[in-house]
Amino acid sequence: MLYALCFLMFTIGLYCTVVKKNMVKIVIGIVIMEYAVNLFLIMLGYRIGGVAPIVVEGHVLGNFVDSSVDPLPQALVLTAIVISLGSLALIISICVRTYEKYGTFDITQIRRLKG
Amino acid sequence: MTIFYILFLFMLVAAIIAVETKKLLGSVICIGAIGFGVSLMFLFLRAPDIAITQIVVEILGLIILIRATIARDLTFISGDREFFGVVVSVVIVLVIFLAGVHIFETLPEFGTPIFAETTGSASQTYISEGFQKTGAANIVSAVILDFRAYDTLGETTILFTSILGATVLLRKKSRKLLGEVDA
Repeated sequence: MLYALCFLMFTIGLYCTVVKKNMVKIVIGIVIMEYAVNLFLIMLGYRIGGVAPIVVEGHVLGNFVDSSVDPLPQALVLTAIVISLGSLALIISICVRTYEKYGTFDITQIRRLKG
Repeated sequence: MTIFYILFLFMLVAAIIAVETKKLLGSVICIGAIGFGVSLMFLFLRAPDIAITQIVVEILGLIILIRATIARDLTFISGDREFFGVVVSVVIVLVIFLAGVHIFETLPEFGTPIFAETTGSASQTYISEGFQKTGAANIVSAVILDFRAYDTLGETTILFTSILGATVLLRKKSRKLLGEVDA
């Protein structure tokens, strides 16, 4: 059920990317999809009643293996979040330059792309 | 469990408003609401490192998005694409959603991670031997900085490349050639 809600958020982002005419709206759809995918990967490793994957003093190690959440998706999502910031900066700079050249964000008005 | 449903409700409402509102600034603010909701969700999913990173990245991303939308006069674009195209896209998106929901039935229930049931998985090794092998108390930092350090190296390469591209795109003038005289 929670997975389905997460996928519903991804679908909203996909709809926004496909249907909208405004360039910034398309970027916003991409951002929503990124959030949904990151959230889904973290949710896959969650354990009910689990602890964060940090070794605290006085922990019994065998107990820790059975109670910790999955650290691998967390490490990979950490990478993905930072990369999404870089790609967002690149996309937005393309949008800003397009606006300076054409004076609009409307993608149906931007027709002189051939140079 | 209830807190997850509440946060999801909040994020879905914010997502729908972000998609459907006419003003771009309001849309960007709704993106901020989704981002901080995701950050809270990470905190409740026992991922504090990701929550901190998400807050920092969210603030920077909001600054970038507001820079793109504020003080642009023509930010109101009314209407969607042609009617037929919109209908076809909505149908395709719905089909993707219905197909994807069935795939989630093959996954184990929420709250029972896959790595706990498979023997000899990488995550189990990281948890059980990470502290002895790397000396890092935080297993996530042990994974990104020691077990999978090349992953982080590639990440910095991608980040550097994208920022380089953004700088080149946003530059006002190209640099003068060496032999050119000053005007």
